[in-house]
Amino acid sequence: MDFTLTSDQAALAGAIDKLCTRFEIKPTEFDGFALEGRELEQALENGQYFDIAAIPEMGPVSAALAVERLARLPYTAEVALSMLVRPQLDIELPRPLALVEHGRPGRFVASARTLILIDGGGIGIAHPGETDTRPVDSLYAYPMGRLTGTPAVTPLAAEVAATVATWLRIACAVEIAGLMQAAIDATVEHLSVRKQFGRPLGSFQALRHRMAECAVLAGGVRRLALKAAWTGEAGDAALAALHAQDSATRVNYDVHQMMGAMGMTLEMPLHLWTYRMKALLSELGGRGGQAAAVARHCFAVGQPD
Amino acid sequence: MDFSWDKEQQDFRATVRAFLDGNLPGNWEELAHGPGSEAQTVFSKQFCAALAKAGLLIPHWPASWGGRDADPWTAFILAEEMWAAGEPRGGQYMNVNWIGPTLMRFGTPEQQARYIPPMARGDTLWCQGFSEPESGSDLASLRTRADRDGDRYRINGQKIWTSYAGHADTCFLLARTAPGKAGISIFLVPMDTPGITVRQIPSIIGEGDIHEVFFDDVEVPATAMLGEEGQAWSIVGAALSLERVGIPRFALASRMLHRAVGLLQQAGRFGPGAMEQAAKALAACEATRLYSYNIIDQRCHGQVPGPEASAARFATVTAERLVAEFVVEHVPEALAGGDPLLLAHHQRGIVAGIASGAAEIQLNLIATELLELPREPR
Repeated sequence: MDFTLTSDQAALAGAIDKLCTRFEIKPTEFDGFALEGRELEQALENGQYFDIAAIPEMGPVSAALAVERLARLPYTAEVALSMLVRPQLDIELPRPLALVEHGRPGRFVASARTLILIDGGGIGIAHPGETDTRPVDSLYAYPMGRLTGTPAVTPLAAEVAATVATWLRIACAVEIAGLMQAAIDATVEHLSVRKQFGRPLGSFQALRHRMAECAVLAGGVRRLALKAAWTGEAGDAALAALHAQDSATRVNYDVHQMMGAMGMTLEMPLHLWTYRMKALLSELGGRGGQAAAVARHCFAVGQPD
Repeated sequence: MDFSWDKEQQDFRATVRAFLDGNLPGNWEELAHGPGSEAQTVFSKQFCAALAKAGLLIPHWPASWGGRDADPWTAFILAEEMWAAGEPRGGQYMNVNWIGPTLMRFGTPEQQARYIPPMARGDTLWCQGFSEPESGSDLASLRTRADRDGDRYRINGQKIWTSYAGHADTCFLLARTAPGKAGISIFLVPMDTPGITVRQIPSIIGEGDIHEVFFDDVEVPATAMLGEEGQAWSIVGAALSLERVGIPRFALASRMLHRAVGLLQQAGRFGPGAMEQAAKALAACEATRLYSYNIIDQRCHGQVPGPEASAARFATVTAERLVAEFVVEHVPEALAGGDPLLLAHHQRGIVAGIASGAAEIQLNLIATELLELPREPR
């Protein structure tokens, strides 16, 4: 047990931080819902960051650290599935990747070259043609799209499907960890400068305690997500995704409440993180789905206490 | 970053578990009721003595005091396994965690020679005289006075909520020798000193757990003082930094959650509602476990744990509460004669957010030190 970053991980974190500097601020003129980071994606591609999980000195936990950091940016690109799910499959999958559950709209579906399809109990892979998908307007702060065509679907064997489900959960938890931290950071900044009754809002205990509770949740989500990325175990993945989705529900409410009317505007970037978290709340069956997975993997019948 | 245990750590955990299997009596779970009860105090002395003989009471203490200089992971694995078993060390866990190490650092040679060996043998129980009727979270306002009279001090005042006081041999007492925070001193006071009266407070948290302790003209020699006059705040700060991670409550909470789920599964009553509630509680336990491990990791790297320790404490309170709520809702018989250890867990969990620094104090610390929010005006 040692939570210090290895020298390779520290170097990676430094490089990602440096890469992020260009993308830390939402452009003043942007007042939309999904701030797409095409240059960010290109920079990640050029630096071969999408393949870091496959580098033996790095591994999935390093990729998770990168995904978490990148999720804190106001810009978004398809990062989590490419960095965390794609390396777990033996087959070569062109990126971007997107998840389509039960035919519902999904993030990055309109630009994806690989779709992971969940319908009923099975998981399949498809490579959509240009006319198979279309963009959808949404509040979710990701470029959302819908599968409209019927591309050929390759069903995954049960064992492979289980691995994909596990890593989808890990990707979801890791991404929520970064989004949650960014939403908290933005809110803390607001509470520190916004004054009412002659003093900063953040000096009122009623708000301080709620933010502190949010911070505790965010720290727990991050730790569970990184552990799941390290072990790759289905139970750890389910616990991480459940804690992430459950905490996101609470944190989303609190940060918007504390940001007040400013949080409703598109000028303030808060929605870029909170409405991405909301998009992830329904993944893989939402909290009920994760709980069922926890029950399968962590509460096996006949297990001694 | 590495989330695995090395072989030595795995072996140590296995050794501790084997010791517990071999040394806990068949009626241990009934005995676990009330960590301050007479029955458990008697058992704990015998148990701790056996632990000491097996080299498992103070492995993290310096070799010069009978330990083997084991790292903080060893001490925490030991604490996890003990708490998960229902804490058969009783109140002696305080001796080995912080009272002993504090005496090693601040005590006189005479104090060390008198008090440390019995702790190392597992043969003594301490209580901490901190809280008072008017001084809880605002501990620095305490009023118990210690007035100097030649080479002695005369102590008058009252302590409250004092755990283990009914059977303790010695009190780690905070008393005022001058006004203000810098006027608080520490005294090591034998509990059989004339003028000390202990009254147990009947409570919902178990037999013998909380007490009032009255000090009426209690005379102690000046040599009973730990450190110097007015040094209490800095010594207690240093002492509690050894304890900042707190009790590994998640270990018993997680075990009791699995037990409760097992009971529901046997009865065919583990439906989707219970499943979601149990899964959330387990996630909270595991998040807390990682928070605590993070603190231990920091200590292993020579860092002083910062506000993350408060976050770990608050996460603990949440996990403890979620498990207790799950049990009450789904296995209500646990509080009505159904399962003694589920009952003991419930009772011990009641104090999680109240004892050793209220949850709200932790939230204040997190807001100020971790989030760096502006302070509340005073």
